[in-house]
Amino acid sequence: MAPGSASSPSPSFPASRPWAAVGAMAAAAAAGPSPGSRPGDSPEGPEGEAPERRRKAHGMLKLYYGLSEGEAAGRPAGPDPLDPTDLNGAHFDPEVYLDKLRRECPLAQLMDSETDMVRQIRALDSDMQTLVYENYNKFISATDTIRKMKNDFRKMEDEMDRLATNMAVITDFSARISATLQDRHERITKLAGVHALLRKLQFLFELPSRLTKCVELGAYGQAVRYQGRAQAVLQQYQHLPSFRAIQDDCQVITARLAQQLRQRFREGGSGAPEQAECVELLLALGEPAEELCEEFLAHARGRLEEELRSLEAELGPSPPAPDVLEFTDHGGSGFVGGLCQVAAAYQELFAAQGPAGAERLAAFARELGSRYFALVERRLAQEQGGGDNSLLVRALDRFHRRLRAPGALLAAAGLAEAATEIVERVARERLGHHLQGLRAAFLGCLTDVRQALAAPRVAGKEGPGLAELLANVASSILSHIKASLAAVHLFTAKEVSFSNKPYFRGEFCSQGVREGLIVGFIRSMCQTAQSFCDSPGEKGGATPPALLLLLSRLCLDYETATISYILTLTDEQFLVQDQFPVTPVSTLCAEARETARRLLTHYVKVQGLVISQMLRKSVETRDWLSTLEPRNVRAVMKRVVEDTTAIDVQVGLLYEEGVRKAQSSDSSKRTFSVYSSSRQQGRYAPSYTPSAPMDTNLLSNIQKLFSERIDVFSPVEFNKVSVLTGIIKISLKTLLECVRLRTFGRFGLQQVQVDCHFLQLYLWRFVADEELVHLLLDEVVASAALRCPDPVPMEPSVVEVICERG
Amino acid sequence: MEDDAPVIYGLEFQARALTPQTAETDAIRFLVGTQSLKYDNQIHIIDFDDENNIINKNVLLHQAGEIWHISASPADRGVLATCYNRTSDSKVLTCAAVWRMPKELESGSHESPDDSSSTAQTLELLCHLDNTAHSNMACVVWEPMGDGKKIISLADNHILLWDLQESSSQAVLASSASLGGKGQLKFTSGRWSPHHNCTQVATANDTTLRGWDTRSMSQIYCIENAHGQLVRDLDFNPNKQYYLASCGDDCKVKFWDTRNVTEPVKTLEEHSHWVWNVRYNHSHDQLVLTGSSDSRVILSNMVSISSEPFGHLVDDDDISDQEDHRSEEKSKEPLQDNVIATYEEHEDSVYAVDWSSADPWLFASLSYDGRLVINRVPRALKYHILL
Repeated sequence: MAPGSASSPSPSFPASRPWAAVGAMAAAAAAGPSPGSRPGDSPEGPEGEAPERRRKAHGMLKLYYGLSEGEAAGRPAGPDPLDPTDLNGAHFDPEVYLDKLRRECPLAQLMDSETDMVRQIRALDSDMQTLVYENYNKFISATDTIRKMKNDFRKMEDEMDRLATNMAVITDFSARISATLQDRHERITKLAGVHALLRKLQFLFELPSRLTKCVELGAYGQAVRYQGRAQAVLQQYQHLPSFRAIQDDCQVITARLAQQLRQRFREGGSGAPEQAECVELLLALGEPAEELCEEFLAHARGRLEEELRSLEAELGPSPPAPDVLEFTDHGGSGFVGGLCQVAAAYQELFAAQGPAGAERLAAFARELGSRYFALVERRLAQEQGGGDNSLLVRALDRFHRRLRAPGALLAAAGLAEAATEIVERVARERLGHHLQGLRAAFLGCLTDVRQALAAPRVAGKEGPGLAELLANVASSILSHIKASLAAVHLFTAKEVSFSNKPYFRGEFCSQGVREGLIVGFIRSMCQTAQSFCDSPGEKGGATPPALLLLLSRLCLDYETATISYILTLTDEQFLVQDQFPVTPVSTLCAEARETARRLLTHYVKVQGLVISQMLRKSVETRDWLSTLEPRNVRAVMKRVVEDTTAIDVQVGLLYEEGVRKAQSSDSSKRTFSVYSSSRQQGRYAPSYTPSAPMDTNLLSNIQKLFSERIDVFSPVEFNKVSVLTGIIKISLKTLLECVRLRTFGRFGLQQVQVDCHFLQLYLWRFVADEELVHLLLDEVVASAALRCPDPVPMEPSVVEVICERG
Repeated sequence: MEDDAPVIYGLEFQARALTPQTAETDAIRFLVGTQSLKYDNQIHIIDFDDENNIINKNVLLHQAGEIWHISASPADRGVLATCYNRTSDSKVLTCAAVWRMPKELESGSHESPDDSSSTAQTLELLCHLDNTAHSNMACVVWEPMGDGKKIISLADNHILLWDLQESSSQAVLASSASLGGKGQLKFTSGRWSPHHNCTQVATANDTTLRGWDTRSMSQIYCIENAHGQLVRDLDFNPNKQYYLASCGDDCKVKFWDTRNVTEPVKTLEEHSHWVWNVRYNHSHDQLVLTGSSDSRVILSNMVSISSEPFGHLVDDDDISDQEDHRSEEKSKEPLQDNVIATYEEHEDSVYAVDWSSADPWLFASLSYDGRLVINRVPRALKYHILL
């Protein structure tokens, strides 16, 4: 088995090593005649140990082929190859083995070993026989083959000898032929060289005519290629007269060619790409690049200037000018496109020029760009008046977008920056325009209100109520603001190419829109409103008081709600980033409130003045000394009450009622006559004792000690009662001062008494503190009494009767 | 001594007319005219003893009528002019007259107040300043620097220049001018400018201020709508020749440069009712006094438009280093116009205020109820101005 497997790698030449081992083993067995040792010879059983033996055989093979035993056999306790007791080992020593067996093994084991060994020997013998039989035939056939080969080789040797002689003959012949052909070959080679040279010469000689033809045909590229090819040769052989002539001819033609090329270049009708070709050819002809640069740019300038001129013509002095979008489109495709082409061609052609060339191009672009920008700005300036932002923004967008390409191409010219700057400037101007628009709208609203206020007086019928007017004004302003915001918002729309510029993200939103437009407008609104307080009021009240009242309410509404609403709206629409300080809502509200307060105070002054003037005239123009006994309340007092009621209604339309001091129970019933009659005894009774005047003074002084000082023109609260109180205070104080400047007869005094009682009857209901009216009216009557040489007051009952009748 | 406390003097009657005794430069003396329809009117000569803070009064009877305006001659301590109402039948006439007070009263109080009530002395009439053509005298003003011979009176819409002759016993109408125009024009007040050799007078009628040249009696300038309402009073800056202050029913005090009458130089709005009186301090023109029918007297410091906008320069040698330093600091401070003080001693409308002619730091105010209050400029401010 083992030998069979061992022989399998090379069947024709069986390995000798296993056999040797077997032989050795057999020899050992023969040498060790002791029968007892045999059975113990192999510790492994023949059947169960088959893989073991196979491995052993492998191991021997491996040993033979120089492979290490350990790596094939994974067993840790591999048999030591140097072990002399190993039957299969190389260093097997029969003597030692037998000694060992004899010494170590009991008899039974020795017996076993012996039988085992005998059996193995027998098996090996039979194996050997089989092998010998198997290989015998092969030996025989091998021997036959070798014999046949021996015969064949002998035949082959003869033929080889013959071949050798033949080859020698052939070599000889070949050498002879070569020798004879050598001479001719050299001549042919020479002739071929001459031919080539002649062709070249022919080319050279034909060159002038060819060039001429090319030039005539307009095949400039071909001509330039020919010229390029011939140039070097001609240069080299220019000392020969004939070549010289050719060169001269060529130069002439080339010069003509160059001239023609330049001509074509200059004529320039053929458009930028062909021009570029011309330039390329000229460059190939060795024309000076710098000069070409200049000429190229000059030519490009001509074309671009034409574009600019056509743009300028569109601007025109007489505008059926195309709309701004069309204009920028035109400019974008015409000028900017042309500039792009020029720049691209230039960079391609004159790349070799280095930074100087680039600089020249940049300067060129800058100059033309600035002219283009000037035109665009002129056009945009024309657009400033219009209200349509969307068209403008789209035009700006196109303009800006269009300039980004040359911007990338010509970073040095800074066209994109300049474009952005223009867009920013336009945006700023738009903001200013919208602010103006809002202001104008506000003023327009005011004018409308004025007209509405003036109209009913003329027509004599009820116009729209104040509240309605207020609502109209407020909503109209708000809608204007919203419209402006929406219009301005277009500038920051995502799809607009410039909206992501830092200006539009930051400053435009916060400083421009929020501060400039919205806050600016609210401020200017307040200022406009306040200006009504300052100037016209003094020049006789050109502002209708109702307008003051309405504005005051408007400002107050702004303070309470509208400002914060508008600002929130703005902040939402324009995500204002907090890098710029912005005006807080509270400041604006405070301003609006201050404005409202001033307006209302002014309203009080104006209305107070109107009534004051009435009272003053009535006191100043009457002859109080010679007046008749009073029968009626004077008409002017009724007028005063009527006007006050009208004012009350007017203010009531816009302002809340306000708080009144708790009324005394007899407030409506309390009559002035009671008051004056109680005083009458102490104050007005004719008394000729010298102490009397002191007493009256004392009395009035003591009374004043206990009453608060009345601030006549004091600031008012935002409610109806406070407004009316202010107006009445002003009127009555005026009455008092006027009365003090006059001298009254007895009936004059009585008339004042009647009038005051009448006022008392009707005015208390308007004021916050009716005591105030009492005080002032008391003082009027007291002053009148002092200004009367003959003070005989009227009976209170009579006063009441007259007043009730009137 | 509590210097800054006000001194109050009460009259028995209502009063509107107040003037310092202009010709007196040593004693502090004011003249007050009363308004009473039922009793004899009086002129109180109020002497203020600055040392002792005591008021001495002398009463003169002014039987002609209630006094609306009073002015003292700048040359003669004993001479004064009044505008007074005379009621006859059912008519009120306002007349003007020049009077002389008794010699012994001219220069102060040698009598005790008790005596005066028993023997009230009477004024000696020098001359009447009216003729039949012109009645309703609004005010009388003396030529400020002159010899007390020239007087201007304002009657309705006429401005009358009088020459007093024969020791003021005769008034001759030297020249006159009148306002033309629609409506009933009426002068309310007038002042004689101390500048330009006393050739200018300014008057107020309704809302308009006008300047007049006394030589030709022609109008020099006119400030239309100087105030929103009636102009009540005006005064010239004694140190700056073109500056003029006015006040009126719009509660405002306005300062004008008469060379540019379109805009006031400055406007004050401190009072809450009509301002009846405005007076520059005679020496320190930044001090402006106003009286109003809101019963207040306000003393304002109008440094920015005064003749001494930066205060006095300091004399180094007089003052120690420390003080020098301090005052330098003070003068460096930006000076601002402000209200120095609001005086609320009055309880009725204040119709007249005026500075003393003797003491530049002292002024009097008179309210309708007859209360005369004498006040001083706060001491701190006084030193600030002086040093």
